[in-house]
Amino acid sequence: MKGLIGRKVGMTQLFRPAGERVAVTVLQVGPCVVTQQKTAANDGYEALQLAFEPVIDDETARGLSPERREKRLAKRCNKPQRRHFEKAGIAPHRVVREIRVDDAAATAVGTVLTADLFAPGDKVDIIGTTRGFGFQGAMKRHNFKGQGASHGAKIHRKPASAGATDAARVFKGKRSPGHMGHVRMTEQNLVVEVVDLEANLLVVRGAVPGPKGGLIMVVAEE
Amino acid sequence: MSELIKRVEARNRAELSIDPAAIIPFNIGDTLRIEIEVTEGQRVRNQPFQGVVIRRNGGGHTETFTLRRVASGVGVERVFPLLSPKIKSMEVVRRGKVRRARLYYLRTKVGKAGRIKEADRERS
Repeated sequence: MKGLIGRKVGMTQLFRPAGERVAVTVLQVGPCVVTQQKTAANDGYEALQLAFEPVIDDETARGLSPERREKRLAKRCNKPQRRHFEKAGIAPHRVVREIRVDDAAATAVGTVLTADLFAPGDKVDIIGTTRGFGFQGAMKRHNFKGQGASHGAKIHRKPASAGATDAARVFKGKRSPGHMGHVRMTEQNLVVEVVDLEANLLVVRGAVPGPKGGLIMVVAEE
Repeated sequence: MSELIKRVEARNRAELSIDPAAIIPFNIGDTLRIEIEVTEGQRVRNQPFQGVVIRRNGGGHTETFTLRRVASGVGVERVFPLLSPKIKSMEVVRRGKVRRARLYYLRTKVGKAGRIKEADRERS
Protein backbone atom coordinates (compact mmCIF):
# COMPACT_ATOMS: atom_id res chain seq x y z
CA MET A 1 0.00 0.00 0.00
CA LYS A 2 0.95 3.60 -0.36
CA GLY A 3 -0.60 6.51 1.41
CA LEU A 4 -0.44 9.98 2.86
CA ILE A 5 -1.80 11.86 5.85
CA GLY A 6 -3.82 14.98 5.14
CA ARG A 7 -6.72 17.19 6.00
CA LYS A 8 -10.12 17.68 4.43
CA VAL A 9 -10.45 21.20 3.03
CA GLY A 10 -14.02 21.10 1.76
CA MET A 11 -16.24 20.37 -1.19
CA THR A 12 -17.02 22.09 -4.46
CA GLN A 13 -18.01 21.26 -8.02
CA LEU A 14 -15.87 20.96 -11.12
CA PHE A 15 -16.95 21.20 -14.72
CA ARG A 16 -16.04 18.56 -17.25
CA PRO A 17 -15.18 19.60 -20.82
CA ALA A 18 -18.50 18.12 -21.89
CA GLY A 19 -20.26 20.47 -19.52
CA GLU A 20 -21.48 18.23 -16.72
CA ARG A 21 -20.64 18.99 -13.13
CA VAL A 22 -19.02 16.61 -10.67
CA ALA A 23 -19.05 16.97 -6.90
CA VAL A 24 -15.55 16.78 -5.50
CA THR A 25 -13.74 17.01 -2.18
CA VAL A 26 -10.52 18.99 -1.88
CA LEU A 27 -7.91 17.39 0.37
CA GLN A 28 -4.66 18.89 1.52
CA VAL A 29 -2.24 15.97 1.71
CA GLY A 30 1.36 15.69 2.78
CA PRO A 31 4.17 16.34 2.65
CA CYS A 32 4.73 13.38 4.95
CA VAL A 33 8.13 12.33 6.28
CA VAL A 34 9.06 8.71 6.90
CA THR A 35 10.10 8.54 10.56
CA GLN A 36 10.52 4.84 11.08
CA GLN A 37 10.60 1.54 9.23
CA LYS A 38 8.67 -1.24 10.91
CA THR A 39 10.07 -4.55 9.70
CA ALA A 40 8.86 -8.11 10.01
CA ALA A 41 12.09 -9.10 11.74
CA ASN A 42 11.91 -6.39 14.37
CA ASP A 43 8.23 -5.57 14.76
CA GLY A 44 6.44 -8.58 13.29
CA TYR A 45 4.98 -6.62 10.39
CA GLU A 46 6.08 -4.36 7.55
CA ALA A 47 5.00 -0.75 7.73
CA LEU A 48 6.21 2.78 7.35
CA GLN A 49 5.66 5.36 10.02
CA LEU A 50 4.73 8.72 8.53
CA ALA A 51 4.71 12.13 10.18
CA PHE A 52 2.58 15.07 9.09
CA GLU A 53 2.44 18.77 10.02
CA PRO A 54 5.55 19.99 11.84
CA VAL A 55 4.86 21.09 15.41
CA ILE A 56 6.50 24.38 14.48
CA ASP A 57 6.39 25.17 10.79
CA ASP A 58 9.41 26.69 9.07
CA GLU A 59 7.88 30.11 8.73
CA THR A 60 7.10 30.42 12.44
CA ALA A 61 10.48 28.95 13.35
CA ARG A 62 12.30 31.77 11.57
CA GLY A 63 10.76 34.41 13.80
CA LEU A 64 11.40 32.57 17.04
CA SER A 65 14.37 32.91 19.34
CA PRO A 66 15.97 29.57 20.28
CA GLU A 67 14.57 29.80 23.81
CA ARG A 68 11.04 30.53 22.65
CA ARG A 69 11.31 27.75 20.14
CA GLU A 70 12.44 25.33 22.82
CA LYS A 71 9.62 26.39 25.10
CA ARG A 72 7.02 25.92 22.44
CA LEU A 73 8.38 22.52 21.47
CA ALA A 74 8.27 21.37 25.08
CA LYS A 75 4.67 22.51 25.32
CA ARG A 76 3.48 20.86 22.15
CA CYS A 77 5.46 17.64 22.11
CA ASN A 78 6.32 15.43 25.07
CA LYS A 79 9.78 14.08 25.75
CA PRO A 80 9.30 10.51 24.49
CA GLN A 81 7.91 11.88 21.24
CA ARG A 82 10.73 14.36 20.85
CA ARG A 83 13.29 11.66 21.46
CA HIS A 84 11.61 9.53 18.81
CA PHE A 85 11.88 12.32 16.24
CA GLU A 86 15.47 13.10 17.29
CA LYS A 87 16.37 9.49 16.64
CA ALA A 88 15.07 9.79 13.11
CA GLY A 89 16.72 13.19 12.68
CA ILE A 90 13.40 14.83 11.84
CA ALA A 91 11.68 17.88 13.29
CA PRO A 92 8.80 16.98 15.62
CA HIS A 93 5.47 16.61 13.84
CA ARG A 94 1.92 16.73 15.13
CA VAL A 95 0.51 13.63 13.51
CA VAL A 96 2.13 10.22 13.30
CA ARG A 97 0.49 7.33 11.49
CA GLU A 98 1.56 4.00 10.10
CA ILE A 99 0.90 2.58 6.70
CA ARG A 100 1.37 -1.07 5.79
CA VAL A 101 3.80 -1.77 2.97
CA ASP A 102 5.33 -4.92 1.51
CA ASP A 103 8.93 -3.91 2.07
CA ALA A 104 9.52 -1.17 4.61
CA ALA A 105 13.30 -1.28 4.20
CA ALA A 106 12.92 -0.05 0.62
CA THR A 107 11.97 3.45 1.78
CA ALA A 108 14.62 5.27 3.78
CA VAL A 109 13.84 7.19 6.96
CA GLY A 110 13.62 10.89 6.07
CA THR A 111 12.02 10.28 2.68
CA VAL A 112 9.40 12.91 1.97
CA LEU A 113 6.20 11.66 0.39
CA THR A 114 3.97 14.07 -1.47
CA ALA A 115 0.81 14.08 -3.54
CA ASP A 116 2.77 12.85 -6.57
CA LEU A 117 2.13 9.34 -5.24
CA PHE A 118 -1.23 9.69 -6.94
CA ALA A 119 -2.32 10.58 -10.45
CA PRO A 120 -5.69 11.63 -11.88
CA GLY A 121 -7.81 8.54 -12.51
CA ASP A 122 -6.38 6.56 -9.59
CA LYS A 123 -8.78 4.95 -7.17
CA VAL A 124 -8.04 5.71 -3.54
CA ASP A 125 -9.54 4.88 -0.17
CA ILE A 126 -9.98 7.68 2.32
CA ILE A 127 -9.90 6.92 6.03
CA GLY A 128 -11.33 9.52 8.35
CA THR A 129 -13.30 10.12 11.50
CA THR A 130 -16.93 10.93 10.84
CA ARG A 131 -18.50 14.08 12.24
CA GLY A 132 -19.60 13.61 15.83
CA PHE A 133 -23.31 14.09 16.48
CA GLY A 134 -23.29 13.41 20.24
CA PHE A 135 -26.12 11.49 21.89
CA GLN A 136 -28.88 11.10 19.34
CA GLY A 137 -32.27 9.45 19.33
CA ALA A 138 -33.22 6.33 17.40
CA MET A 139 -34.85 8.29 14.58
CA LYS A 140 -31.76 10.22 13.62
CA ARG A 141 -29.27 7.53 14.54
CA HIS A 142 -30.93 4.47 13.01
CA ASN A 143 -33.56 6.00 10.73
CA PHE A 144 -36.48 4.70 12.83
CA LYS A 145 -39.83 5.94 11.68
CA GLY A 146 -41.06 7.24 15.04
CA GLN A 147 -44.74 7.67 15.83
CA GLY A 148 -47.54 10.00 14.89
CA ALA A 149 -47.20 13.72 15.41
CA SER A 150 -50.91 14.16 16.06
CA HIS A 151 -54.17 12.17 16.37
CA GLY A 152 -53.64 11.97 20.13
CA ALA A 153 -50.28 10.23 19.94
CA LYS A 154 -48.55 10.44 23.29
CA ILE A 155 -45.11 9.45 22.07
CA HIS A 156 -43.47 10.96 19.00
CA ARG A 157 -39.81 10.18 18.54
CA LYS A 158 -39.24 7.29 20.92
CA PRO A 159 -37.90 3.90 19.79
CA ALA A 160 -41.12 2.30 21.16
CA SER A 161 -41.01 -1.49 21.40
CA ALA A 162 -37.67 -3.06 22.26
CA GLY A 163 -38.77 -6.57 21.26
CA ALA A 164 -41.14 -9.48 21.95
CA THR A 165 -42.52 -10.17 25.45
CA ASP A 166 -41.87 -13.92 25.55
CA ALA A 167 -38.12 -13.40 25.21
CA ALA A 168 -38.29 -11.55 28.53
CA ARG A 169 -35.13 -9.67 27.66
CA VAL A 170 -33.75 -7.31 25.07
CA PHE A 171 -31.57 -8.94 22.44
CA LYS A 172 -27.97 -7.85 22.11
CA GLY A 173 -27.37 -5.38 19.33
CA LYS A 174 -30.86 -3.87 19.64
CA ARG A 175 -30.63 -0.46 18.01
CA SER A 176 -31.20 2.28 20.56
CA PRO A 177 -30.46 5.93 21.12
CA GLY A 178 -26.82 6.62 21.88
CA HIS A 179 -23.65 8.25 20.70
CA MET A 180 -23.65 8.85 16.97
CA GLY A 181 -20.72 9.59 14.71
CA HIS A 182 -17.08 10.22 15.56
CA VAL A 183 -16.06 6.76 14.40
CA ARG A 184 -13.32 5.72 12.01
CA MET A 185 -14.69 5.19 8.55
CA THR A 186 -13.18 4.24 5.20
CA GLU A 187 -14.65 5.56 1.99
CA GLN A 188 -13.49 3.21 -0.74
CA ASN A 189 -12.65 3.65 -4.41
CA LEU A 190 -12.87 7.41 -4.78
CA VAL A 191 -11.47 8.57 -8.11
CA VAL A 192 -8.71 11.17 -8.09
CA GLU A 193 -9.71 14.10 -10.30
CA VAL A 194 -6.89 16.58 -9.82
CA VAL A 195 -3.42 16.47 -8.30
CA ASP A 196 -1.92 19.87 -7.46
CA LEU A 197 1.69 19.39 -6.39
CA GLU A 198 2.42 23.06 -5.75
CA ALA A 199 -0.29 23.34 -3.14
CA ASN A 200 -0.19 19.68 -2.05
CA LEU A 201 -3.79 19.19 -3.03
CA LEU A 202 -5.66 16.09 -4.00
CA VAL A 203 -9.15 16.44 -5.41
CA VAL A 204 -11.31 13.33 -5.32
CA ARG A 205 -14.77 12.72 -6.70
CA GLY A 206 -17.44 12.31 -4.05
CA ALA A 207 -17.64 12.84 -0.32
CA VAL A 208 -15.12 12.11 2.40
CA PRO A 209 -15.82 11.36 6.08
CA GLY A 210 -15.29 14.05 8.69
CA PRO A 211 -15.59 17.79 9.12
CA LYS A 212 -13.65 20.43 7.19
CA GLY A 213 -10.16 20.48 8.63
CA GLY A 214 -10.56 16.91 9.83
CA LEU A 215 -7.61 14.57 9.69
CA ILE A 216 -7.72 11.96 6.95
CA MET A 217 -5.52 9.31 5.40
CA VAL A 218 -5.43 8.62 1.69
CA VAL A 219 -4.37 5.10 0.84
CA ALA A 220 -4.20 3.06 -2.33
CA GLU A 221 -2.72 -0.17 -3.59
CA GLU A 222 0.61 0.27 -5.36
CA MET B 1 -14.34 29.92 1.57
CA SER B 2 -10.98 28.31 1.68
CA GLU B 3 -8.30 29.76 -0.58
CA LEU B 4 -7.35 26.21 -1.48
CA ILE B 5 -10.82 25.48 -2.81
CA LYS B 6 -10.77 28.73 -4.79
CA ARG B 7 -7.47 27.63 -6.25
CA VAL B 8 -8.90 24.32 -7.43
CA GLU B 9 -11.91 26.09 -8.93
CA ALA B 10 -9.77 28.69 -10.68
CA ARG B 11 -7.67 25.95 -12.18
CA ASN B 12 -10.75 24.15 -13.43
CA ARG B 13 -12.00 27.35 -15.04
CA ALA B 14 -8.63 28.00 -16.65
CA GLU B 15 -8.49 24.50 -18.10
CA LEU B 16 -11.86 24.92 -19.75
CA SER B 17 -11.31 28.62 -20.56
CA ILE B 18 -14.34 29.68 -18.58
CA ASP B 19 -14.22 33.41 -17.93
CA PRO B 20 -16.64 34.67 -15.26
CA ALA B 21 -15.90 38.27 -16.31
CA ALA B 22 -17.23 37.54 -19.78
CA ILE B 23 -20.68 36.67 -18.48
CA ILE B 24 -23.15 39.45 -19.10
CA PRO B 25 -24.57 41.02 -15.96
CA PHE B 26 -28.23 40.24 -15.37
CA ASN B 27 -30.65 40.44 -12.50
CA ILE B 28 -33.62 38.65 -11.08
CA GLY B 29 -36.69 39.56 -13.11
CA ASP B 30 -34.80 39.97 -16.36
CA THR B 31 -35.83 37.95 -19.36
CA LEU B 32 -32.89 35.98 -20.65
CA ARG B 33 -32.36 34.14 -23.88
CA ILE B 34 -29.61 31.54 -23.77
CA GLU B 35 -28.38 28.84 -26.05
CA ILE B 36 -27.44 25.49 -24.58
CA GLU B 37 -25.41 22.87 -26.33
CA VAL B 38 -27.31 19.60 -26.56
CA THR B 39 -26.08 16.32 -27.94
CA GLU B 40 -28.61 14.22 -29.80
CA GLY B 41 -26.92 10.99 -30.69
CA GLN B 42 -24.01 12.12 -32.86
CA ARG B 43 -25.35 15.56 -33.58
CA VAL B 44 -24.45 18.54 -31.43
CA ARG B 45 -26.64 21.59 -31.74
CA ASN B 46 -27.50 24.71 -29.81
CA GLN B 47 -30.91 24.79 -28.25
CA PRO B 48 -32.34 28.16 -27.31
CA PHE B 49 -34.23 28.72 -24.09
CA GLN B 50 -35.85 31.96 -23.12
CA GLY B 51 -37.38 32.77 -19.77
CA VAL B 52 -37.55 35.02 -16.74
CA VAL B 53 -34.78 34.75 -14.16
CA ILE B 54 -36.67 33.81 -11.02
CA ARG B 55 -33.71 32.98 -8.84
CA ARG B 56 -29.95 33.12 -8.58
CA ASN B 57 -28.50 30.67 -6.12
CA GLY B 58 -25.07 30.36 -4.60
CA GLY B 59 -22.03 32.28 -5.69
CA GLY B 60 -18.66 31.95 -7.30
CA HIS B 61 -17.87 28.74 -9.10
CA THR B 62 -21.09 26.97 -8.18
CA GLU B 63 -23.64 29.72 -8.85
CA THR B 64 -26.80 28.70 -10.65
CA PHE B 65 -29.80 30.58 -12.02
CA THR B 66 -33.32 29.44 -12.78
CA LEU B 67 -35.24 30.43 -15.90
CA ARG B 68 -39.01 30.14 -16.01
CA ARG B 69 -41.21 30.31 -19.05
CA VAL B 70 -44.71 29.22 -19.87
CA ALA B 71 -44.63 26.88 -22.84
CA SER B 72 -47.97 25.85 -24.37
CA GLY B 73 -49.71 26.70 -21.11
CA VAL B 74 -47.29 24.66 -19.01
CA GLY B 75 -44.82 26.33 -16.70
CA VAL B 76 -41.25 25.20 -17.38
CA GLU B 77 -38.37 25.97 -15.04
CA ARG B 78 -34.80 25.06 -15.81
CA VAL B 79 -31.77 25.49 -13.59
CA PHE B 80 -28.43 26.30 -15.21
CA PRO B 81 -24.96 26.54 -13.70
CA LEU B 82 -23.86 30.11 -14.41
CA LEU B 83 -20.39 29.05 -15.51
CA SER B 84 -21.46 25.99 -17.47
CA PRO B 85 -19.43 25.45 -20.64
CA LYS B 86 -22.66 24.20 -22.21
CA ILE B 87 -24.11 27.69 -22.28
CA LYS B 88 -23.06 28.99 -25.68
CA SER B 89 -24.68 32.40 -25.66
CA MET B 90 -26.56 34.65 -23.29
CA GLU B 91 -28.61 37.71 -24.05
CA VAL B 92 -30.82 39.92 -21.92
CA VAL B 93 -34.04 40.39 -23.84
CA ARG B 94 -35.73 42.61 -21.29
CA ARG B 95 -34.82 44.20 -17.99
CA GLY B 96 -37.47 43.55 -15.37
CA LYS B 97 -38.37 45.61 -12.33
CA VAL B 98 -39.01 43.39 -9.33
CA ARG B 99 -38.83 43.83 -5.60
CA ARG B 100 -37.78 40.42 -4.41
CA ALA B 101 -34.91 38.02 -4.96
CA ARG B 102 -36.96 34.88 -5.52
CA LEU B 103 -39.88 35.21 -7.90
CA TYR B 104 -41.67 32.06 -6.81
CA TYR B 105 -44.95 33.97 -6.76
CA LEU B 106 -44.95 33.84 -10.57
CA ARG B 107 -45.81 30.15 -10.33
CA THR B 108 -49.28 30.93 -9.10
CA LYS B 109 -49.92 33.71 -11.61
CA VAL B 110 -51.56 32.97 -14.92
CA GLY B 111 -51.61 35.11 -18.04
CA LYS B 112 -51.46 38.87 -17.61
CA ALA B 113 -50.97 38.62 -13.85
CA GLY B 114 -47.59 36.98 -14.42
CA ARG B 115 -46.11 39.97 -16.22
CA ILE B 116 -43.16 41.88 -14.87
CA LYS B 117 -42.77 45.64 -15.25
CA GLU B 118 -39.94 46.76 -17.45
CA ALA B 119 -37.10 48.46 -15.65
CA ASP B 120 -36.76 52.06 -16.79
CA ARG B 121 -33.01 52.03 -16.78
CA GLU B 122 -30.14 49.64 -17.23
CA ARG B 123 -28.94 48.08 -14.03
CA SER B 124 -25.65 46.42 -13.46
